Amino acid sequence: MKLRIGAIADPGTSVVNLTGGWRTEIPRITPELCIRCFNCVIYCPESAVKYSDKEGIYFDYDYCKGCGICSNECSGHAIYMEMEEK
Amino acid sequence: MKELRIHGRGGQGSVTAAELLAIAAFRDRKYSQAFPAFGAERRGAPVMAFMRVDDEPIRIRSQVYEPDYVMVQDASLIGVVDFMSGLKDGGILLINTPKSPEELGLKGNFTLRTINATAIAKEMIGRPIVNTTMMGAFAGVTGAVSLHAVIYAVKERFRGVAGDNNAKAIKRAYDLMIEGVSS
Amino acid sequence: MQVVEGSYAIAHAVKRCRPDVISAYPITPQTHIVEDLAQFVADGELECEFVPVDSEHSAMSVALGASAVGARAYSASTSQGLALMWEVLYNVSGMRLPVVMTAVNRAMSAPLSIWNDQQDTIGARDSGWIQIYVEDIQEAHDAMIQGYKIAESKDVMLPLMVCADGFILTHTYEPVVLAEQIEVDDFLPPYEPEYFLSVDNPLSFGCFAEPDKYMEFRYMQHEAMDRARIKIKEVADEFGKAFGRYYGGLIEGYNLDGAEIVLLTFGSIIGTIKEVVDREKNVGILKIRSYRPFPLVEIRDALKDAKVVAVIEKDFSAGFEGALFTDVKAALYNHINDLKMLGFVVGLGGRDVRADDILEIIKRSKSAMDGGITDEWQFIGLRGELL
Repeated sequence: MKLRIGAIADPGTSVVNLTGGWRTEIPRITPELCIRCFNCVIYCPESAVKYSDKEGIYFDYDYCKGCGICSNECSGHAIYMEMEEK
Repeated sequence: MKELRIHGRGGQGSVTAAELLAIAAFRDRKYSQAFPAFGAERRGAPVMAFMRVDDEPIRIRSQVYEPDYVMVQDASLIGVVDFMSGLKDGGILLINTPKSPEELGLKGNFTLRTINATAIAKEMIGRPIVNTTMMGAFAGVTGAVSLHAVIYAVKERFRGVAGDNNAKAIKRAYDLMIEGVSS
Repeated sequence: MQVVEGSYAIAHAVKRCRPDVISAYPITPQTHIVEDLAQFVADGELECEFVPVDSEHSAMSVALGASAVGARAYSASTSQGLALMWEVLYNVSGMRLPVVMTAVNRAMSAPLSIWNDQQDTIGARDSGWIQIYVEDIQEAHDAMIQGYKIAESKDVMLPLMVCADGFILTHTYEPVVLAEQIEVDDFLPPYEPEYFLSVDNPLSFGCFAEPDKYMEFRYMQHEAMDRARIKIKEVADEFGKAFGRYYGGLIEGYNLDGAEIVLLTFGSIIGTIKEVVDREKNVGILKIRSYRPFPLVEIRDALKDAKVVAVIEKDFSAGFEGALFTDVKAALYNHINDLKMLGFVVGLGGRDVRADDILEIIKRSKSAMDGGITDEWQFIGLRGELL
């Protein structure tokens, strides 16, 4: 595909880019420790930490890069990182 | 082409005088150019401004080194600034001072005229800002610009009573110079 | 025609171009231009967003953002201010945003100097901006209007700076024809960009380009510069027809017929040089209007019968020579063999360039033509007693 001048790109390119593949550590949660502060949701740079009433906090592993910010910000020490075996 | 160099001190309106004389000359249907000796201007420091007038468009952009006319707005520059530098043979030197040309004792192959512009400005304008009065004297002495064009240019810049008073001062200075009296 | 200050004439021309956004930070000798524009906006003469900013970096960033949403954007700066815009200049050109600015030419510090030379815009030479150098106030005024038409042209889409000598043009009063609104409206259509930021149709500008694509984006800028060569000439012709004033396309020759010595330069010293050359035999002038894109072919053609070309400029590349001199030599290499080329640096930091300096350059050029020995590149007007 021909390039567009000015390195001008259509929106949504980050949806196509599944950054989950970059991950070496994977976040896990101990639901009993979660106090619903939602720091993890706010701080996740990829918006990969989700919440639903049914599931509570959960992760979108297609996009989670394993950066560990959610774990670092977690008030209840509910989120922890572990090595991911691929 | 005729070239004028104006010497003054920062805050005395030397640059404005050059600009307004350029506007006046253009009003007389001539080409003109005015610019300051670009410095870090500050009140009281010696400054220069230049004006050129010609029947043809003016292309040269260097400073004026061999002026036909030199105008000195402040007699305190005598002995401080070499304002006679390069003044053409037969040129005209116009100085704002209460002294007569003889008293000043400046020698050279040029016409020296003096005018007490400070006194005129104080009386007519109420402030010792001499640039417009000196423009009137310049028009009278040199004929390089016409009196009505000078008054037009000044009134365009200073509206209302200020413009009227400046115009009176210009006319007084012009008349004094035409009558050949150095006041 | 009326007698106005150069800065006013430039501001007036910008006003007539109906910019949507102006953002600038005041710096001598550019200040009067943006003061006049701010006054137009305050008086309701110009409907425009005037954005005061904390620095030139911000000023150019605002112009960038405005241009990206499809606004016609303007800024102006000089010297250290232009240097502070540096990284944004590359962003604007890389995003292919047709921002137009007045780059008032002033010396670079240190030593601190507020006076004119051309070192500042020479430093921005490779930033991907079109650079048009102007000779007098009328041309500065007219170049602003031409500038938007060139920059916004669909096959160009590059930012453009009109380079005008500080003080010598910005602070001089002389007769100028100020363009009427209806004339400019007829000449310059509203800016209608192909791509622009909008919430309804989101896009990203100046995206990340990995090594597999970056070079192609840069090459596209080069191609756009090539097309700008044609566009600058076209717009100059159109402007000539519409306004009756023409300054050449990429270059302009003066007394070149039969000229053995050609003085090649740009900017406001051309007026003084014309005055001198009129009294000389066989000496012509080649004025460079467009420095980027560089008029390679035009220069070769204009100099084909000359014996000596003397390149005169107010800048140099420390450790080498004048930037324009280098470019001219490069353009002629392999094309004209028996032409002597001399480079002269004048007027740095506001040193007045007098008719006598030009006569000295002509004298040295004649001497070189007659086989005399002279330095290939030299400073004119140096005060030896201070060194």
